[in-house]
Amino acid sequence: MQTYTFPSYDFIPPPELNGGQSPRHRVAIVGAGPIGLAAAIDLAGRGIDCVVLDDDNTVSHGSRAICWAKRALEVLDRLGVAERMVEKGVTWQSGKVHFGDRALYRFDLADDGRQRFPAFINLQQYYTEEYLVDRAMAMAGIDLRWSNKVVDIEATDDGATLRIETPDGSYDLAADWVIAADGARSQVRRMMGLDFVGRVFEDRFLIADVVMRADFPKERWFWFDPPFNPDQSALLHMQADNVWRIDLQLGWDADPEEERKPEKVVPRIERMLGPDAAFDLEWTSVYTFQCRRLEKFRHGRVLFAGDAAHQVSPFGARGANSGLQDVDNLAWKLALVVMQQAPEALLDSYDSERVQAADENILNSTRATDFISPKSAASRAFRDGTLDLAIDWPFARELVNSGRLSRPATHADSPLNGPAIDAAVKPGAPCPDAPIRWAVPGGDMADGWLLDHLGGGFAVLCFGAEVAVSSGLDKLADDTIPIALLSVGAAPGGPGTGVVDADGQLARQFAAGAPGSTFLFRPDQHLCASWDAADVAAVRAARDLACGLV
Amino acid sequence: MKDTLRRELGLADGDAVYQALIDAISDLEDQAAMRVMAKMVLLLANHVGDETIIREAIAAATAD
Repeated sequence: MQTYTFPSYDFIPPPELNGGQSPRHRVAIVGAGPIGLAAAIDLAGRGIDCVVLDDDNTVSHGSRAICWAKRALEVLDRLGVAERMVEKGVTWQSGKVHFGDRALYRFDLADDGRQRFPAFINLQQYYTEEYLVDRAMAMAGIDLRWSNKVVDIEATDDGATLRIETPDGSYDLAADWVIAADGARSQVRRMMGLDFVGRVFEDRFLIADVVMRADFPKERWFWFDPPFNPDQSALLHMQADNVWRIDLQLGWDADPEEERKPEKVVPRIERMLGPDAAFDLEWTSVYTFQCRRLEKFRHGRVLFAGDAAHQVSPFGARGANSGLQDVDNLAWKLALVVMQQAPEALLDSYDSERVQAADENILNSTRATDFISPKSAASRAFRDGTLDLAIDWPFARELVNSGRLSRPATHADSPLNGPAIDAAVKPGAPCPDAPIRWAVPGGDMADGWLLDHLGGGFAVLCFGAEVAVSSGLDKLADDTIPIALLSVGAAPGGPGTGVVDADGQLARQFAAGAPGSTFLFRPDQHLCASWDAADVAAVRAARDLACGLV
Repeated sequence: MKDTLRRELGLADGDAVYQALIDAISDLEDQAAMRVMAKMVLLLANHVGDETIIREAIAAATAD
């Protein structure tokens, strides 16, 4: 590695090894990758202490997950690391698709209206992990234990006991809840004997990270059947530090050990970049993949998240991004359950909602893989025919599938959803961000973003500041499970946060902003329910439904 | 379930259209012919624009 210096995190002998009484932990998180760390930060931010166990003492060894999607960035912003990531990463929103030696078309992922975060940034996974570690270490309530390898788990009705090996010996750790975020090769999953079934794709891909000064644009470039890799695909993507991700399809017959050797990799890249390209090889990996998931993500007191729960092909950037949405979904629910403000059964909705999302990701990922690697001469004819048509026929561009890039799931059929009015944002959908102006306590107005003000608790958005107060929505902030009020009006003021619809985006997304129309959001910023008129009893009932209390 | 896919001839000159389909691929190797046929299917499917009709056609074409 030339561009990145790996941090080395110290092993600190845990108190259990000093013969002291082992305290029972509320939440143990297995795996300090992006998902485990995000879960720890989210829980600690909600006042839930947790211990994080990782068998290594540093961050991800390779760049691995590099594409961070807007929704993931919004979640990571709530956790306090997105600004750092955006600053370091490469912002992009467009791409180009090639077929043979022709450039077929460009695409643009820009949204309608202004949003705080771009469609994607590219940043090596080790940076994301490092920033999450820094954040976790700065917070109270997170006990990060490096070089602590979980070697056994005994799950019971009221928790689990983990057997842990360290450089200084072994110990047992008991916890009320366990989050297994230990990746695609999850040892927790294996130790619990859980099936992880799905479809194996008989194909091999070479990942090469190269360091070079190049004037390629900050775009996702994809090739079908390029001259430099005939009958296979290729992908080029920019990361931080002038590192470029190159992904070359090799086919099933390729020998992974042989293809990883620099004397094989370098000529391949020279064929792609041209003989004059000056580059250094930074990291290579030959991978194959599966699309699969656990049947259930909740096994009593053990909750699976990220790659430990589900696995997809890399096309579509649906791995880490979906794992972060698992955390977004899980943390508030688990926090309510641990605080005994919601029944354990609320966690079944984590299972059903995130299984639905995983199925969506697996479907998209499987379709992309089938398009990229046709399995027969006839399906190749359809694939190549689609690409032929894509130059002149816009409809065919929509069928070209080099990966349907990560979008957050909408839990339309969630048992947590309440009533809905006719608005662009439906129950179960994540709230789209929008530029706002808001009333700073003291009277001044400031520019801001809607999602910042929705925050990480329940929040109710009501059009009309007067009606919000006259109907009593401001009183919900004092409930045991509080609901923050955001009232939208021309001259905001009074209780809650007064918001001005800066670009008219709120009105477009929320039923034209009709006075009295009211939208309740869950702590993960997905819509619970909406009404034509502000009714405090209805809002409370919807919140209670979303907490599994009714 | 009632079929919505047309069962009777919908073309003024069926023989001419059939001839045109064959002519499009008659000089081609199998792989190239398959690609042309695939493109025709895609163009027509998009023009029809009705997933129910397309699925009925798939079912009819793949029936024993």
